[in-house]
Amino acid sequence: MARKRESSPQNPHDVGRVMREIPERPRGTPLKDQDIREGKVSLIAWKPHLEYRWDSGVAISRFLLGLKEGKILGVRCHSCGRTVTPPRAFCEWCFRPVDEWVELKDTGTVNTFSICYVTWDMKPLEIPQIPAVIEIDGTHPRVGFLHLLGGIGEKDVEAIRRRVRVGMRVQAVWKSPAERVGAITDILYFQPLE
Amino acid sequence: MDEGVAILGVGVTPLRPISPELSQRELIFEAATKAYIDAGTEPAEIHSFISISEDFHEGTSITDEYTPDQLGAILRPVHTIAGDGLQGLAAACMLIQSGIADLVAVEGHCKTSNILNHEEVFAMALDPIYERPVGVPSHAIAALEMRRYLHETGLPEEAVAGVVVKNRRNALRNPLASYGASLTVEEVQASPLLASPLRVLHTSPYADGAVVLIVASAARARRKGRKPVWIKGIGWATETPWLAERSWGRATYTVVSAQMAYRMAGISRPRKEIHFAEVDDTYAYKELQHLQALELLTPQEATELTRGGDFEGPLPVNASGGSLGMGYCFDATALYRVAEATWQIRGEAGSHQVPGARTGVVCSWRGVPTTTGGVVVLQAD
Repeated sequence: MARKRESSPQNPHDVGRVMREIPERPRGTPLKDQDIREGKVSLIAWKPHLEYRWDSGVAISRFLLGLKEGKILGVRCHSCGRTVTPPRAFCEWCFRPVDEWVELKDTGTVNTFSICYVTWDMKPLEIPQIPAVIEIDGTHPRVGFLHLLGGIGEKDVEAIRRRVRVGMRVQAVWKSPAERVGAITDILYFQPLE
Repeated sequence: MDEGVAILGVGVTPLRPISPELSQRELIFEAATKAYIDAGTEPAEIHSFISISEDFHEGTSITDEYTPDQLGAILRPVHTIAGDGLQGLAAACMLIQSGIADLVAVEGHCKTSNILNHEEVFAMALDPIYERPVGVPSHAIAALEMRRYLHETGLPEEAVAGVVVKNRRNALRNPLASYGASLTVEEVQASPLLASPLRVLHTSPYADGAVVLIVASAARARRKGRKPVWIKGIGWATETPWLAERSWGRATYTVVSAQMAYRMAGISRPRKEIHFAEVDDTYAYKELQHLQALELLTPQEATELTRGGDFEGPLPVNASGGSLGMGYCFDATALYRVAEATWQIRGEAGSHQVPGARTGVVCSWRGVPTTTGGVVVLQAD
């Protein structure tokens, strides 16, 4: 059996042979993309096709319906006095149902931000993305959500760097009512107020 | 267990085919609230929290991160067991017996209705190199086991149908159950074949739900002034991932788990010492296979029960209706059955109460394609 394997030059599973045939190169990069594409090494591929449809529940459903109407909704807990958004059915601090729904303004303050120059798979972005955590006005400190900043400098990275800062006042820029579907992306981005 | 570990509180939501009214977190909040009230405690008193979850079922990875809110566990010790419910319960016992915690909350949940293509999730459980490409569905793997089990035991298929008739009838008396039905053996055997010899009605339908158990040390259990139900012994085991190497006819993981749990509980004659059983019946034949592994019923006895047309032997099995009658909720299943056993031992099982239920056994299985399961022995104070 062993001899038969040696005499089979096309065996793609013989990693040792592939390694020997690859010309000498710096340690740590023994394989090229091409080696993999040409099946010179034994790899098994699998593409998952997983599909889910999550029940959004009492609190988030109402939040999403609010977004469709161009409103940011929050909830208030009378025990700790906090107002929070995105809304939740129960206060996670007090472990009790929340007491009251409130309509919040669509303005807020930047808690933290980044200027991101790459996509998730490291492709360079022509227009930088500016993810930010925004504390929505009328809520407790450290309440709000992750969204994007926009309407700042476009491709002019220097302009973005000069303008964006922690503590900056921002306001939501919404999709048109016809385009809104009841999703967090019904808000296109937040833009500076000043 | 020497020091003593007890179930002090249980909280569940009814098992339902769909649950569009509540998000997963809202469902868990409901179960947790009930459990804390039942145990006479509150989240601030709980020392450690365990969540049972499997990322492929959640559709979110690192789901532990989403656990704290609905359990009242912010800034507290939390960890996830990506395994069977009884493995989560075992983790709670370890936390308590090692002295790390006196009160532990164990949570399991299932939103199976939110998974749109179960077969794809199942495929992810098979070995990607030598099993997945063959493209065999999950029910067919169960059918392979059922075939070999019937072959080795000589059991007629009617015995398997008898389990379905019994459990779905029992479920009619359980308000938590979703699939109660009055069926005959003939009706079960006339249901379509999924993969011979496995039929549609031999398989338990899916259900959504959430369950939270409060587990306590002996000292804490006594101080609370509630009726503790003692975890006398617990065991769990995995046989092998090799499909050809496993003992298809026999639930060897249950044999090993039962030996471990029985030894811990000091049980030497299970048939005399155990008054009722809640046994995995994800597929109807599994109930009989598990009972055999638990030394509670022989295949010959199962055959005779079926012949007599009365599927209730001397030992009440799955008075709750089992997964066939309640609905199958993946790794949360075992915790639902521990909740049921707790009510039985407390005498709080209502219209499906087993008289004189002082000692009970719960037996779990992680489902196709696993050979993993657990056994826990529970006893009255």
